[in-house]
Amino acid sequence: MDFLNNQFIKGIKAGIPIGLGYLSVSFTFGIVAVSYGFTWWQAVLISMTTVTSAGQFAGISTMLSPGHYLEMLLSQLTINIRYSFMSLSLSQKTDSRFKGLYRWLLGFFVTDEIFAVASAKEHVSRSYFLGLAVMPYLGWTAGTLIGALLGNVLPQRLMSALSLAIYGMFVAIVVPEMKRTRPVVYVVASALVLRCLFYYMPVLKQISGGLAISICAIAAAVLGAVLFPVEEEG
Amino acid sequence: MDFYLYLLVMAGSTYLIRAVPFAMIQNKIENRMIRSFLYYIPYAVLTAMTVPAVFYAADHMIPAAFGLLSAIIFALREKSLTTVAVAACAAVYITEGIMKYFA
Repeated sequence: MDFLNNQFIKGIKAGIPIGLGYLSVSFTFGIVAVSYGFTWWQAVLISMTTVTSAGQFAGISTMLSPGHYLEMLLSQLTINIRYSFMSLSLSQKTDSRFKGLYRWLLGFFVTDEIFAVASAKEHVSRSYFLGLAVMPYLGWTAGTLIGALLGNVLPQRLMSALSLAIYGMFVAIVVPEMKRTRPVVYVVASALVLRCLFYYMPVLKQISGGLAISICAIAAAVLGAVLFPVEEEG
Repeated sequence: MDFYLYLLVMAGSTYLIRAVPFAMIQNKIENRMIRSFLYYIPYAVLTAMTVPAVFYAADHMIPAAFGLLSAIIFALREKSLTTVAVAACAAVYITEGIMKYFA
């Protein structure tokens, strides 16, 4: 199968740190879900079908009371709307064979971290993207299963350390580009200041984290686009 | 049953939010403003997700800050994602160890 080529293997390797980083989060999700009264297989099913951290945590607390479908929909939309912008950004980086059905299938795997790693590449092939999704998906599922069945099996200090993995990857993507391109420094600084305002200021901090992230990111990127539009492609 | 309906709403909406923009926009966007926006959006969104959340990610704030610092130092040297991620985790692990020792 030419689908499972070198690019696929490269993707799998690039996904390993994401998979490890997911363990600490999905363990916690498994533990919390079971403590809320869900069975282990329900927790795993949620993780396998949804693959999103904040959305799932919010989701299971809504699920505790019956009949709040609209509330569920609205909270998922606000928490997850950032994915739309990631998908849009990614749609411009995919190569010519990554179209149609492949996008409908692989679009399922656009998580924060998979997006982050994929967007650090110039061109994204479908094989690479599928490979990239493998370890995070396994880590997310396995972590939930282990957390739900066994509780916390890793020492707390290791869990605490692992929780920095995904942020480390984000830094690894953002910082080198700040070195290369001055406007990115301004965009990053605005996103940072805005996000802190939304995090700490009264009233603003009432807005859900997911929505606040989207608002801050959009505002900072619009600012960048208006003040420092990128060069036309030759 | 409630569980399955809830699951459908949660998983379905999350999937559509991700897949629809990805699958519907097949062509290269020519508009310079939108292209600029899409160029900046990864850096903006990753920053907004990292700060200040990273300071609350570990068990204590000081080790988390060292984790971030370590990540920045390795990222400035253009190390790979994996190396930077490991460096961040290691800094937290070591700092928490030192704090425990003196506590």
